Amino acid sequence: MAKAGSNLNLDGQGNPVWLLLELTYKCPLKCAFCSNPTDLDAHEEELTTAEWKKVMHDARKMGAMQIGFSGGEPTLRKDLEELVSEADDLGYYTNLITSGIGLTRKRLENLKKAGLRHIQLGFQSSDPQTAHWLAGVDCYEKKINIAREIKALGFPMVLNVPISSVNIHQVPEIIELAADIGVEYLELANVQYYNWALVNRDQLMPTREALEAAEARVAEAREQLGDRMTIFFVIPDYYEGRPKACMNGWGSIHLTIAPDGVVLPCSQARSLPGLDFPGVRDHDLSWIWHESESFNLYRGDSWMKEPCRSCSEKEQDFGGCRCQAMLLTGDAANADPACSKSPHHHIVQEAVTRALATKQDHKKLIARDVGWVSTEV
Amino acid sequence: MADSNNHNSLSRFRIAPVFLFRWEESQQAHVLMYPEGIVKLNPTAGEILTRCNGTNTVGDIVLQLSVLFSEQPEFIEPRVHQFLEVCHGKGWIQPQS
Repeated sequence: MAKAGSNLNLDGQGNPVWLLLELTYKCPLKCAFCSNPTDLDAHEEELTTAEWKKVMHDARKMGAMQIGFSGGEPTLRKDLEELVSEADDLGYYTNLITSGIGLTRKRLENLKKAGLRHIQLGFQSSDPQTAHWLAGVDCYEKKINIAREIKALGFPMVLNVPISSVNIHQVPEIIELAADIGVEYLELANVQYYNWALVNRDQLMPTREALEAAEARVAEAREQLGDRMTIFFVIPDYYEGRPKACMNGWGSIHLTIAPDGVVLPCSQARSLPGLDFPGVRDHDLSWIWHESESFNLYRGDSWMKEPCRSCSEKEQDFGGCRCQAMLLTGDAANADPACSKSPHHHIVQEAVTRALATKQDHKKLIARDVGWVSTEV
Repeated sequence: MADSNNHNSLSRFRIAPVFLFRWEESQQAHVLMYPEGIVKLNPTAGEILTRCNGTNTVGDIVLQLSVLFSEQPEFIEPRVHQFLEVCHGKGWIQPQS
């Protein structure tokens, strides 16, 4: 559940508003902060074109309006254009979330014709060497070129840059680069620690001083750039003391479909042990959303324990992130330990202390790959 | 942002290309969608934006709304102007040249 509250001023009235399709877990990049599962190769049976179309139809009937095509790298699916076209016909606002690798001028033109409205391009750094360290692949030039092609075709564009200790000192140059490319939105997303990012946490955690310097630079840039570019700075919850309003609450408005058709309240929920999420190959999507045990488990607030249950902020942050509570405290129903009121908050503080005591060395970053097994005992 | 001198009763507006504006059955409302966001509009806002099609002048919109809501144009006019300024400031609409 890495995404903080979405930009939205309506509720789903019990129905999903956002549909995220993770078309594939395959990706040419090996980002050390990737949010895909660490057991990538365990989920290879991707949905067919017809199955994806049925998902889009069913979710649209339920009320979903925004659709994201993500992955892995969604452009690896040859049927991407066909799926975008179908989504546009159904009335979705279509977003492509891509690394840019796999896109060409020709494909962009075809996606535009198919009705694609917006592209979010993932970016690692303003420096080619740093980008190579983080992505595990040398792709900086290719990304810059494709970013300029995207703008040349008139797509609105978000440049999404995961921020960590490896690149946080480059925030001023990243802002300059984004302004030069002419993007409408720059999202400086402090890395959230799930899956591959959690594996690499000791190498990725920035210091509080570096965060404050970056935030100050963002404030200056907002002043200088005015309306030309909107900069989002996604809070690093390990330092904030307040948990994020993750996904606007479990099973509230977000619906994620994994490559193999498994239906999730968010991309990260798959990492929760003991939960058996149903898939669209076996069940009706509407039944999964409304009736299945996994979607109802942490919906609303009746599942909450103290201190969440009696907390005055429970309607704002919904107790934070269930996945983070599970990963760090062993129980998803506990308060998110990022919250300073959580009895487990010391776990987050200790993780910060441990990370900051670790020597930073890009050679120690573990690149996302198939067949990975933790060697920690 | 946009000031009141930016448009008059002869101005024409259209929805900015980044935005998708339409009726949404499941919300029983007009919605305005943009990268990673959605705005649900109240009925009056929906009626005004429906008419920002690049053809209607602001004067046309005022007259049509005064018929629709059975109000004097003098009552409607400042409210329409005010709303269009807000929309323009938010980048939802663009002047049609």
